[in-house]
This record gives sequence, structure tokens and C-alpha cells, in this order.
Amino acid sequence: MVSTPEAWRVTTRTKASAVFMPLAVAAILAALAAPVFASRAAIQDLFFMLTMLVLAQCWNLLAGYAGLVSVGQQVFVGFGGYAMFALVVLAGLDPLLAILIAGVATTALAVLTAQFVFRLQGAYFAIGTWVVSEVVRLLVAQWTALGGGTGTSLPARAAREMFGVAMASRAFGFRSAQAVDTVCYWLAVVLAAGTIGFIYGLLRARQGLALAAVRDNQEAARAVAVDSHRIKTFVYLAVAFITGLTGALIYVEKARISPNAAFSVLDWTAYVIFIVVIGGIGTIEGPIVGVVVFMILQTMLADYGSWYLLILGVIAIVVMLFARRGLWGLFTERTGIQFFPVRRILVGTPFSTVKEAGAFADQAHQV
Amino acid sequence: MVSFADTLVQGVLLGGLYALFAAGLSLIFGVMRLVNLAHGDLIVLAAFLILSLITALGLNPFVAALIALPIMFALGFVLQLQVLNRTLGPDILPPLLVTFGLSIVIQNGLLEAFSADSRRISVGLLETASLPVGPISIGVMPLLTFLSAVAVIVGLNHLFYRTELGRAFRATSDDKVTASLMGIRPERIFAVATGIAMIVATIAALYLGARANFDPTIGPARLIYAFEAVIIGGLGSLWGTLAGGVIIGVAQTFGAAINPEWQILLGHVAFIAVLLAMPRGLFPRPTD
Amino acid sequence: MALLEIHGLTARYGEFQALFGVDMTLEPGETIAIVGANGAGKSTLMRSIAGVLSNADEQIVFEGRRIGALPAADVMALGIAMVPEGRRLFPSLSVEENLLIGRYGRQAPGPWSLKTVYELFPVLKERRTAPAITLSGGQQQMTAIGRALMSNPRILLCDEVSLGLAPVVIRDMYAIFPRLRETGASVVIVEQDIGQALKVADRVYCMMEGRVTLSGSPASLTREAIHAAYFGAS
Repeated sequence: MVSTPEAWRVTTRTKASAVFMPLAVAAILAALAAPVFASRAAIQDLFFMLTMLVLAQCWNLLAGYAGLVSVGQQVFVGFGGYAMFALVVLAGLDPLLAILIAGVATTALAVLTAQFVFRLQGAYFAIGTWVVSEVVRLLVAQWTALGGGTGTSLPARAAREMFGVAMASRAFGFRSAQAVDTVCYWLAVVLAAGTIGFIYGLLRARQGLALAAVRDNQEAARAVAVDSHRIKTFVYLAVAFITGLTGALIYVEKARISPNAAFSVLDWTAYVIFIVVIGGIGTIEGPIVGVVVFMILQTMLADYGSWYLLILGVIAIVVMLFARRGLWGLFTERTGIQFFPVRRILVGTPFSTVKEAGAFADQAHQV
Repeated sequence: MVSFADTLVQGVLLGGLYALFAAGLSLIFGVMRLVNLAHGDLIVLAAFLILSLITALGLNPFVAALIALPIMFALGFVLQLQVLNRTLGPDILPPLLVTFGLSIVIQNGLLEAFSADSRRISVGLLETASLPVGPISIGVMPLLTFLSAVAVIVGLNHLFYRTELGRAFRATSDDKVTASLMGIRPERIFAVATGIAMIVATIAALYLGARANFDPTIGPARLIYAFEAVIIGGLGSLWGTLAGGVIIGVAQTFGAAINPEWQILLGHVAFIAVLLAMPRGLFPRPTD
Repeated sequence: MALLEIHGLTARYGEFQALFGVDMTLEPGETIAIVGANGAGKSTLMRSIAGVLSNADEQIVFEGRRIGALPAADVMALGIAMVPEGRRLFPSLSVEENLLIGRYGRQAPGPWSLKTVYELFPVLKERRTAPAITLSGGQQQMTAIGRALMSNPRILLCDEVSLGLAPVVIRDMYAIFPRLRETGASVVIVEQDIGQALKVADRVYCMMEGRVTLSGSPASLTREAIHAAYFGAS
């Protein structure tokens, strides 16, 4: 069989990923059906897991792929939440619509904050994002219409009348509060699946290759005309949008907001960072693994207050020092399995050691 | 008019405290390009150490701080040698994430050991003592703080530019590999630098704890002020760090005078404003 | 026993092998030159001796002691000082500070001190407080050599000291090697420029693609032999 250059192709599919895709679709369908057989508490836990997963995927995209380490993502969570609250409480909008608009508003905020934080690099970028978050938190705490420093609650009527709640209530026979939880849960499933789909699509597209180049070596990337500033800005804004949506959704479910909670470094950044680090930075599978581990740890250690955080911190440090690619990284190194393969594999050449979708990714030449 | 001058002086003196927070951060960044996100928490740790020495041994706070100095030096030395040295390299993630994790660990360790109660380092009569200077009166402790900051900066500059160790710091910061050809062991030099930064942090801790209540969770805010002072001043300039601290201090004090809730906010606003106007700070190093 | 013995030295950069079993000796008081084209492995050899690269323990022996695996700071303390390729002065240090830092890891008695280094290179004394990188190429090279001498090393390694310098400057530079010999120093010179190297060396090694292809005293080697060893047989 003659192999000509015309027959060479770049692909990202592997055997494992070909199997995984249908499974993922099935998993999403099962998730959507969960309210039928799962308890309300379980749905609430799943909601929390899914929203943390979205935040983790976003932080991972920023730090693990775009090389932008932020410790200020809570600003978008909080701003999204407050924007939603403002639209519902002050403008009487349907919460679902408010969530969408809040996402857009958060993106607008990000356009503004980018002017400032992108003047900084590395660690200083990180702390700059934190400063930005603190500033927004302090400003929001001055907003008396939404409760100032102590915060405010979402009117029960507004949540009850949200699009889809009545339908869920009738379909499952739930009271409105549980129906609200159910609708929020469905939205979380859609948001999580959409976010992962978006990230996967981005990384497989040309922009994703540009991202990998920028992260690895910005100078070299510039030498081949990759506009690193443009791609980083795009990622920053996209993440802000998704994070804003997530924040808005979280606070629809919580129905109560306050500046310290909405802009909490611990809840929206520390936990998220730990999830990504322990699960595995720089892979899509990593945050998924991380969220699972995080939930297990939280269940096991919930009664131990500060010890819980201390242990989490120690685990994150140990992982970063000795197993930099996290739990998923360890697994992938051993087995070569990838469910969301984004590495480019050159197939069809006489030298390709990988036959398309017929072998494991780690035998290929990495990109 | 008296009120304005009074506010200004208070702000300048507060800047001394922030400069003390920042000097350690600046030193470490200058030597090894590492930003320690746990720096604020290490200052708080030093404050609790001083407090423990006072209660356990019935010491005067200044004596307790003196005893705390070598303990904190050793802590910083070992921390750098065994943990932080492993994070140095081309990847920016490990130092940031490890020090972030460290910050959480220290905060929660302190919470477990000391609970979330507010503490204070009592300096007795010095707390409220003041010197009348013309129309205003200057607090003795704030003045001491500011003078200590100046002394620390003079000392660090002397160390950096007039001693063999300082030469080694600068050489290692320039070129690690060639520095090793001179017989310098970069890992140990970095450990010494962090140890010295912890000494500065201990001095900062004394004045922090004497000035206001503290608890295990106030570290991150101190880190932010320190960082702002360093950035405003320009990376690599210790006097710039003092200037940066003063700017933040003055902005905060004027903010508080207008409206107590605006104190911190105005500090951040001043930082953002300076950064937008002068991206490299007031006294940037030419070779950065 | 030779001052320095190298037995079957191998070295790699990741998957790329740069040295394939190099053998070499240096006697006390000798000046040897290592010549070869770019990529022949000369700098790799120097960096291995200096400890910048880590090798198998027994492959490098200094005064009977195995130093192959020692890190650079330890090798320097034992008395092997390097003038690195490209000078590599410290930009944050002045000329005098660059000289002084040369003594950091080893303060040994001997002919070299700030005073005598300034006697060797008077222009450095004039510019002693200037930032080292503001000097001309030749002056920087002098500073780098002076810096290495400050530790009174037993062996001086000079990696491509003529690189990027004008011929007249190179001639002046090479004038110091006979003076070093007078003080009893043992020197290893790495050069692409064969002419100067042959004039000052007692023995020459020629390298190509990670191997020694020729060795001997300059007088005993013909131009043709050197040419073949440098570039490969035609």
C-alpha cells in the first residue's frame, strides 16, 4: 500500500474517544431523567457538583490552556448573581431570562476588567484579578437597593413563576420549591454539557492549537503569527460569560445573596482550584475527576471544619509538587486512555505508529 | 486644615506598615522571581508566634519579636529549601498553586490552633502614646513602624549592594547556572533569601499585631496591600516599595476620613489608577 | 598520575547524545587545546568537566578523585574554574563585583587577587565601577577570565574566548596564556579558531561529532591531518 503525502491527515480521534462519545450522550440523557428517581437532596447535591464542574472547566481553560492563572474568578460568579438579582428584583424579569442577560452583563464587566488585568503578567495577573474582585465586592456592598452589605433574598413568587417550573411541578407532582430545584438542575446539566462541548470544540479547532502554542511558548507562538493577546482575550471573555451564567444560576437556586458569599474566594476560587489541581490541570477529564474526588472528600470530612480545608490544601500542594498532572494525568500516563483527546495525531504516513482510532493516543507524536 | 495634615501624616505612617509587608515580598521576587501567595499568612503566623512567646514566657513584645526572628528565619529557610525550590522553573503554575495551597493550609492551621478569635499584641502605654508636632500629634507606634520600615529598607539595600551575600543574590537572580560556576548553590541562596524575608515579615507582624486586632484569616488582605505597594513602586526597587506603601496608606486614610466603608476601596482605586497611568510603576528597573 | 583524566566520557541532552566516549588527560602546568567545528561536542565536554552537566562519577577524575557526578559549585570549590562560552557576566554587577564573585565558592592562596588581575588587565581597573555589560566585547572577555582567576584555580577552562572578537583583540587576549603558564597554571582552551590555539598549546585534541579524532603536540600534526580530523575525511 503506497502512502502519499495526500493521504496524511491530522486527527484527534482515538479508539477510546470513539467509544466514549455515545456513552457521554447516554450519560447526559440519564442525568436529565434523574429527577424521576432521585431524591430532592440528591438533586441538590448533583446541582452543586455540576455547577462546580462548570467553574472548574472554566478555570482549567484559563489556567491550564491559556496560561492565565486567575484567583479572582469569583468576581464573575458574584456579578452574575447580583445582575440576575437586579433584573428579577428591580426589573421584574423572569429568572431564566435574567440568567441569560446576567451572562451578557458579566461579559461586559470582563471587557472592562481586562483593560486592567491584562497589563499584568504571571503572578501579578493573578493578584490583579483578586484585587478586581475585591473592588467589585466593595462596590456592590454599597448597593443598598439589593441589601448592601447584608444582602437580600429572591422573592418566592419570582422563582415560582420561572419558565418551566409550573411544567415540572405538574409533571412530577412536586411542590414549587422542589420544582425550582429541578429546573435549576436541568439547566445545570445543559450548562455543564454545553461548556464541556464548547471547550472540547475550541481545543480541537485551530484556535485550540494556537492556545496550546501560546501556553507552551508565547514567543515562539508569536513567531508563527499566533496572536496570543487576541486568543487570550477571547478565552477570558468566554469564561466570564459562562461563569456569569453559572453564578446567576447558582443564586437562583440559593435564592439568597450577599456580597461576602457571592464574591467568596473560598467557595468560588479555592475549591475550584483544588478540584482542577487534584483532578488534573490541562485536560478536560481532569476537572470531572476532581469534582468527584472533591465531593467524596467533602462528605467524608464535612464535620471537621478547618481540618477539611487544611487537608485539601495539603493534597493540592502534594499533587502539584509530585504529580503535576493530577489524578487523571497519572491515569492517562499509565494507560494512554483519553476520553476527550485534543492532541493532534498525524495518521496515514509510513511512520505513523498510530492507526487512526485503532491504538492509544500516547503512542502518537504529541502536539 | 489641621485635619488634612493629620490625615496625611497618618496615611504616610500607615504606608510604613504596608512597606514592611511588601519588603519581604519584593526581596523574594527580586532574587528568584517567585511571588509567594502565602506571604500575608506568613506574617499572620509570625504575629501568632510572637503572641505565643509573650503568653508562654511572659515577655515584653519587642523581646518576644526578637526571639521570633531566628525561628521565622529557620521556617522560611526550610520552607524554601524543601517545598518552594521544587516549584521553580519555567512553568508559572506550580509556584502560584503551591503557595496558594500553602495560604489555605496556614490559615486553617492557625484556626485550629488558635480559633477565630481576634487577638492583639499589647504594647502597654506605647499603644496610645503620641508626640505633639506642631498642630498635629503623631502616634508613637505608627512612627516607630515607619522608622522601622525605613531601617529595614536601608538594611536590605545595604545587604544587596554592599555585601558578598547580596552580590550572590544578584548574581543568582541574573543567571542561576553561571552563579553555580562561581560556587554559589542557588537552592541554598534562595533559602537564605526566604529566611531573610521571614525576618522582615516578623518585624511587620509585630507592628501589625500591635496596631490592630488580628485573626487567622486576615493574611490575604495584607498580601494584596503588599502586592499593590510593590507594583506601584516598580519591581526591583525597595525605596519604590516604600513609596508605594505610602500611596496606598494615604489613599486608605483619606478614604476612611470621607466614609469608613471606603477605606479599603480607595486604596484599591489608587492602585488601579497608578497602574493604568504608569504600567511599570514609579521606579521600574531598567533591565526587567 | 595526571592532574585531570577523562575516561570514556559520554553525555546526552535528552535523547540526543553529544559525547561518545571521550578520553583525555591534562598534566600539571600543561596547556591543552580542544578544537573542532560547531557541534563537535567541545562545549559539552567543558560543561561536563565543570559540573554543569552531570555525568557518571568515574568518567572524570581530578587528582585521583572522581568528580563526574559533582555539581558545579562543588567542582569549582575543588579548584576547576570556567570562563563560560559567551562570557556570561552578571548584568546586575559592576566589573569589580563580577571579579569578586569569582571568589565566592573558593578563597585559595595563589598569585591571583583583585590587585594582580588589575595588573593583568589595566583597563578593567579604570572601569571597575561600571556595570559589566557596558564594556566592549574584548573587555568583557577579560573580565570573565579575571573572574575565573580570582579563585586561584588549579585548572582553568576557557570556552571559546575568541568568539565574536576582532582579530587584534584576540591576539592581545592570547598573549596572557604564556603568562598563565609562567605561574604554573594548567589550562584547557576550547577554540574554533585553530591558529591561535596551536600557538599556545602544548598538546591538541581534535573533536568531531562527539569523538576525539586526533591528538598530539602541535609540532607533530600536519595541516592535512588536522583538516581531516576537524572536518572529516574527504
